[in-house]
Amino acid sequence: MSFLPYGVAAWLFVIGLWGVVSSRNLVRTVLCLTIVQSSTYLLLLGIGYRTGATAPIVADVPATSKLVDPVVQVLVLTDVVIEATVTALLLALVVQAHKRFGSVDPADLRQLQD
Amino acid sequence: MTHLSALPVLVPFLAGPLLVAVGHSAPRWFNDSVGALSALAATTICVLLAVHAAPHPFPYWVGGWRATHGMTIGISLSIDATGAGLAAFSGLLVTAALTYSLRYFEAVEGLFHGLMLLFMAGMMGFCLTGDLFNLVVFFEVMSAAAYALTAYNIEERAPIQGAINFAITNSIAGYAMFLAVALLYARTGALNMAQIGAALDGRHADPLVIVAMTLLFVGFLTKAAAVPMHFWLADAHAVAPVPVCVLFSGVMVELGVYAVARLYWVMFAGPLGPHADAVRAVFAGLGVITALLGATMCYLQRHIKRLLAFSTIAHVGLFITGVALLSEKGLAGAAVYVIGHGLTKAALFMCAGVLLHRFATIDEYDLHNRGREVPIVGVLMAVGALLLAAIPPFTTFMGKSLLEEGASGAGYNWLIVIYIAVSAVTGGAVLRATGRVFLGWGESEGPETPQHQAAQEDVDEERGPREHTPVLMVLVPAVLLVGALVLGLIPGAVPGMERYAAQFIVHANYRAWVLHGAHVSLPVLPASHISGSDYGYGAIATVGALLVAGLGLTPSWSAPQPRSALGQRLRAVVVGLRTLHSGHIGDYIAWWSAGASAIAGICLITLR
Repeated sequence: MSFLPYGVAAWLFVIGLWGVVSSRNLVRTVLCLTIVQSSTYLLLLGIGYRTGATAPIVADVPATSKLVDPVVQVLVLTDVVIEATVTALLLALVVQAHKRFGSVDPADLRQLQD
Repeated sequence: MTHLSALPVLVPFLAGPLLVAVGHSAPRWFNDSVGALSALAATTICVLLAVHAAPHPFPYWVGGWRATHGMTIGISLSIDATGAGLAAFSGLLVTAALTYSLRYFEAVEGLFHGLMLLFMAGMMGFCLTGDLFNLVVFFEVMSAAAYALTAYNIEERAPIQGAINFAITNSIAGYAMFLAVALLYARTGALNMAQIGAALDGRHADPLVIVAMTLLFVGFLTKAAAVPMHFWLADAHAVAPVPVCVLFSGVMVELGVYAVARLYWVMFAGPLGPHADAVRAVFAGLGVITALLGATMCYLQRHIKRLLAFSTIAHVGLFITGVALLSEKGLAGAAVYVIGHGLTKAALFMCAGVLLHRFATIDEYDLHNRGREVPIVGVLMAVGALLLAAIPPFTTFMGKSLLEEGASGAGYNWLIVIYIAVSAVTGGAVLRATGRVFLGWGESEGPETPQHQAAQEDVDEERGPREHTPVLMVLVPAVLLVGALVLGLIPGAVPGMERYAAQFIVHANYRAWVLHGAHVSLPVLPASHISGSDYGYGAIATVGALLVAGLGLTPSWSAPQPRSALGQRLRAVVVGLRTLHSGHIGDYIAWWSAGASAIAGICLITLR
């Protein structure tokens, strides 16, 4: 097992953050947020991976065969559900922002400047 | 009794979606009563659990998947007095907020009640769970409901922006925690907090563990609004409906501090035991920065909800220092303070809600002298302000005194100055607003802010001023304030909290009762007494609050023209601080990343 998945996970987290910081469009901001989150999928799956193992479905394989760790896959599923919820909510807010502010550039949202 | 353990989560989890599904066609009384009664039922069960677990905490294994030989693949709810007590406190505030909502909203659909119950289910699970991954999932559940509640007034501009900032910042915090869970699972093969703690014991604190710890703590401290991850809080509080602010400030933010304390003592106290001094210094420093920035920004606000929000940031800073002292006195002080502050802040937001409901504005200067129509609310706000300043001998004072004793015990005497200053400035800022609004003291024209201008362009036509304030909207905050006044005075309450704290901070205890079903008893402690110097500090803070309020209400002082070099430099600092709070999500995440990297870097250097 190489270190590649861990490196890519770290890269996705950082580049996603940079995307959120630098974005001039809220739709892009939300997409960058999902990139940040995809780093968690990759890290979890990388941790559970075993070379030469099959998917953790034990119905039709011999009980002795090598399986990848099913726990992390369950965690990823939960993670995906959360992502779907939050992304849907955020995109709805962005649509509403477009209606009310007439713009989706975060710099044009000026209601909360101190 | 133990089989009731899952109900505080299940009841709101079932009732919430029901109200979302049928609430729009159901009559208002149905939504109101199902909402408030579910909250009340879940709260009552939490109280029963807390009482039952007080002598001997116990785990509840969902589906009967118990631990054997200290190993488990099941999920536990780990019920002890601290967790169940905090859940009961959250439930109490949800019930109070829903009761207040009966009159606060003229028209409200089941969606609101449903989201409040989902929010409550998340908080309950967060307090009770013994599983690290569950903790993060409950964090996400309560956060998702909270984002939607923040944007409840979706037709106005500011709530949209506030909810976007809140949702993005807290989601990133959540993802950081997912990474940490994955790293800890890779290192220990466990997800149960007690089992992770056992696996980490006796190990050197290697970089992977420290990075995982930092990611977890940064995540929870984002919820707790520690500087520089705090920007979302003021925005969310300024725009969310008042009953929602009650929960945000009263308990949600404090849950972040609770999680840090829980995880530190259950999981990381073993490997980091030799580095306790460094941990103390790092997190006390973070708490102090948070407290000072919160207090400064609090004093500068003219939007009363935003003012209260920054006061919450300041107080959370104090709670962080309390936990960071790593002693039972510090932790007990933080716990008592959280209860006193939560009740007080909830009541203050409800008072602000009365002003918003009646006058359709929440600007301190626009409300100048108009509060005379509702003098009783002025009395409540003044009492709340004094409690915020930790006036002796009430609950917040008890908490602050314990923090002060903990600070001197750990050799951090200088923290006492911070405690007094933060109490005086935040209490004074609220007193200033009270004096201006209800007595007409001070000027009626204040310094113009971008936010005030923006708010005036975004006036909602449908919500004009009203002639009448419902009695219930005054009664609920009054009851909460009475609670904040008397709770700390109940004989045995504060010493009891010290004993629970002493149990909480013994690293091996939690594991013994969660994984091995051991009976863990409360330690016996010598009763601590509030000393004369504590009363002295309390008096200084109260007088300080009155002086700060007086300063803010004196026309020549409220907007001083800086003549000296020092005055000009101070002014530049103030302008700089304000500019940081730009409302731009990109800026916020840049600060978040800088803060997270800085904390990780400092931890990696000092905790090796």
